[in-house]
This record gives sequence, structure tokens and C-alpha cells, in this order.
Amino acid sequence: MTAHLLTELTVFILAVFVGFEVISKVPTTLHTPLMSATNAIHGIVLVGAILVAGTADTPYAGIGGSIAGFFLVLLASLNVFGGYTVTERMLDMFRPKKRPAAAPREDGR
Amino acid sequence: MNAAETALANPVDVAYLITGILFILGLRYLSSPKTAVLGNRLSAVGMLIAVVATLTQGIVNWIVIGAALVVGAAIGIVSAQRVKMTAMPQMVAAFNGAGGGAAALVAAGELLKYVNAGTAITYDVAFTSVLSAVIGALSFAGSIIAFLKLQELMTGRPITYPGQQIVNALLLLAILVSWALVVAGVTPVLEWFWIAFGCSLLLGVLFVLPIGGADMPVVISLLNSFTGLAAASTGFVLGNNVLIISGALVGASGTLLTVLMGKAMNRSIANVLFGAFGAVKTGAGGAAASGGHNVRSVSPDDVAAMVAYASEVIVVPGYGMAVAQAQHSIRELESQLEKRGVEVKYAIHPVAGRMPGHMNVLLAEANVPYDSLYDMDDINPEFERADVALVVGANDVTNPAAREDKTSPIYGMPILNVDKAQNVVVLKRSMASGFAGIDNPLYDDPKTVMLFGDAKKSIDSVVSGVKAL
Repeated sequence: MTAHLLTELTVFILAVFVGFEVISKVPTTLHTPLMSATNAIHGIVLVGAILVAGTADTPYAGIGGSIAGFFLVLLASLNVFGGYTVTERMLDMFRPKKRPAAAPREDGR
Repeated sequence: MNAAETALANPVDVAYLITGILFILGLRYLSSPKTAVLGNRLSAVGMLIAVVATLTQGIVNWIVIGAALVVGAAIGIVSAQRVKMTAMPQMVAAFNGAGGGAAALVAAGELLKYVNAGTAITYDVAFTSVLSAVIGALSFAGSIIAFLKLQELMTGRPITYPGQQIVNALLLLAILVSWALVVAGVTPVLEWFWIAFGCSLLLGVLFVLPIGGADMPVVISLLNSFTGLAAASTGFVLGNNVLIISGALVGASGTLLTVLMGKAMNRSIANVLFGAFGAVKTGAGGAAASGGHNVRSVSPDDVAAMVAYASEVIVVPGYGMAVAQAQHSIRELESQLEKRGVEVKYAIHPVAGRMPGHMNVLLAEANVPYDSLYDMDDINPEFERADVALVVGANDVTNPAAREDKTSPIYGMPILNVDKAQNVVVLKRSMASGFAGIDNPLYDDPKTVMLFGDAKKSIDSVVSGVKAL
């Protein structure tokens, strides 16, 4: 194991602990948006996708390679944009809303 | 040297750090419904920063990258906006699969770069690139099967065949062997890599096939965790901290949810994944379940009278509510009842539905305030005081056999004590047994009445019944 890998492993393990700590405070009510939010976050693989498919030394070159590269970035992009949009929609529903006003004809309360 | 290492120039590194911080804060703000929207937006800003920073890193294939970004964004946004709230689990599965597939292809591309350049592949890169490919491919293929099951494009029941575990074990062995060969640098390295990749895809398909619909909350959480770990692993391959941090956060979250779901069913994760739950029960037991019942069927007006003159009603929603999209009708019933001074509460079982918190999000869609939703532990003592428990499309999570019958396959699973209520109304499409195919003695209970039909139509009729009283 290189020193470089050890440093990265340190970052990884600390981030896992931070993850457990932060996630354990999320109430059950918000578990679906939580899944969806973390789902969007792993769309960060888009960064990797752009780096692999976009640079001059990309193995995804030529016609076949470009199609593979296109598909790769497409998947990651789908994950990011879809993930955040769905989460936003879900969370919109949890916003405190005014209760529907009682029908006016009732008794005037 | 690793091209990505030189890519980690200082300003970009700082940008990635900011992204990491924004992701953590974003998750932190998810701890309250009031701040959750802000949290998601912080996280989105973090994502934007990371992507823009990456685009400054010597990108030349602008046409391919740009086109893929735009098309991906368009499909993602449009489908996310159009999807019905009831179809959320499969939507999440689909996006999850996309992320997993991308992670696997990133790892493959990075390994190809080394091979093309003729540079020696270090052990670190070899090990982590296969790791990303294996977990990413597992997650991709598994998510597709989960999607097909949830979308009902294939049966939600467990699919089993003889020797299933042996086939899975052989595949796993093949993956481990080819992985070891890649790390050891045995030629042809690329071929071994693709063998590991292919076997992982196949294993992903085969491992989700035998898992039944009712166990989907566990599977979805687990696959979410897998994609996170795959992303973190590509971070190791590329030497990129933001991937490592984000992947670790997602991995932790998915793991935590998986464990929670397993606990809520009182079953080990291994039992959920390899138990093919409910597969054997559909034979002899299934016939008895549909024929051996002596149930009382009632009309919507009868139910209207029961709930209208009650003082407390507890609604127990399940997957059937999602299928029938009955949440708005239930909300309407709640407001009608509250006008009459009836107290209405909702009892949410942790594994009701097809993903963690599934019922909560559907009821939130229908404007049910989240403080009237109660967790299992909080609501269970309350059933004794309730006049009516209204079970809308929930089955196994209300099954008293889990508490009393030691021979029942779900014995030991914590349930909602619906049978302790004064009266129980069960809304069901028919007498067919639930997803797990297990007989539910609740239906034979003398204080239980059944209201057959589509849950939405039934509730609508009950609402008109209450209005007419």
C-alpha cells in the first residue's frame, strides 16, 4: 500500500464516520428524501466520467469509444440532474403548508 | 504518472473541498423537514462547483461531453418531474443504477488509459479499479432488476431455481479469481478485468431476482450503498478526494438504512438477500389462504358510520395505498372526520411500501401534516384506545401471526398491533394473500370487517358516506 493510498483511505474512513453521524439524525419521515438526496450525491461520479471521457488521453476515442464515453457521461448526468430534481419534488411536499381552509358556508368560525 | 493526480491542481482541489463540505451540510440539514429543501440546494450547489471545476481540467472532447451532459440532464429532469409520487421507488432505483454503471465505466476507462499508454499498473490502481467495476456493475444490474420488479414489468415475487446459491457462489469465485489476476498483473490484464466486470453484471441480476417485492426497502437501500462505495472506489482509482468523500457519505447512509430496514423486519440482511422470502409459501399455503377464510364483508356506508361516530381512528397505510394512489382520498376522509371531531392518526411501519419512508412521502404529497404520522413504537400502545383501525393496503405488517404463531415465516417481525383496536376495517382488492403469500389471521378476527375493492374508490365512497351522515 502506497502512502498516497493510505492518505486517501484516511479521508474515506473519516468521511464514513461523518456520514453515520449526520445520517443517524435524519428522522424516519425523511428517509425517502434522504435516499434520493444521497442518490443525487453519488452522481458526483460525473466528475470521474468527465475526467475519463473528456481528456486528450481518453481511451474512449474513435467512433466506438466516443459512443461509450457519451453513454458514460450520459449515465452520470442522468443520475445528477434526475436525482436532484426528484429530491426537490419530494421535499416540496414536506414544506409546512396551510391547512385547507374550511368551506365558508359551514358556520362562519 | 496518474493523469488525474496532475489534475488535482490547487484551485480545483479547493473547489472539491468546498463541494465535500456542502454535501455534508446538505445532509445535515435533512435532519428537519423545515431545513431539508435548503439542504438539497446546498448539495446541488456543491455538485455544480465540482462539475465546473472539473470542466477546467484539460477537457478536449467538448462535443461528446457537452452532448451527453445536455441529453442526460434533459432525460433526468423531465422524467423526474413527470414521474408520479407512487412510482418514486423505481425512479430512485433507475437513477441509482445509472450512477453504478457510470462508476464501473469510469474504472474501466482509467484502467484502459494505463494499458493504452503502456505504463505499469500499480497494485493500488489495479485493486481499486476492479473494486469499482465489480460494485458498480452489481449495482447497475441489480438496480435494473429492482426497477423492472417495482414497475411490474416482471413479477414482484421471488424467482428461484435449483442450485441458485451454487451459481451465485461460482460467479463470486470467478470475480475474485479474475480480480486477483488483474492485481497480480497476469496477462491479458484487460480480458481478466472484463471477465470480472461481466460476472458482476450477471451476479447483480441473479442476486436481485429471488428477492420479493416486500423486501425491496432493504434492496434499494443496499444498492444505494453499493453505488456510493463504487463512487468512492473510483475516487481511489483517480486519486480524487471529492469522489472518495461523497461516495463514503452515500455508502454510510445506505448501510445505515439497510440495517434499519433489516431490524424493522427482525431479519438479518443475509436472510433478506438469500432467503427468497415467500417463494415456497405460494404452493399449498396459498390455496388455504384464499379459501379457508370466514370473513365479514361490509359496504362503504357501514364503514362511514363506523368512522364518523368514532372518537379516534388510526389509519394504517401500506403498499396497496400507493398502488391505488389513495393518499389524497385518505386525506379528504381525514378532514371530513376532523370536522366531526374525530381524532385521526397514521401508523407507519418502517418497511411499509417499497422503500424507506415510502408512506411518509406519499402522505406528505397529500398534505397530511407530518406530526400526525406516528412510528411503530409510538403508535402501538395507542391501538387499544382507538375505536377503528383502518388498514389501507397493508398486510404483512399487521399480521398478528408474527407475534403469536411460531411456525409463521414472519414470526418475530415487529408489527403494528392493529388487532388491539376496538374495530378493524381492512381495505383490500381481494382475498388473495399478500406479497409474502402468508396467511393473515387478522381477517378471521370477529372484530375485523373487510371492504373489498380498489382502495381509492372505496375511500371515496366512505367519504361521501360520511358527508351524507
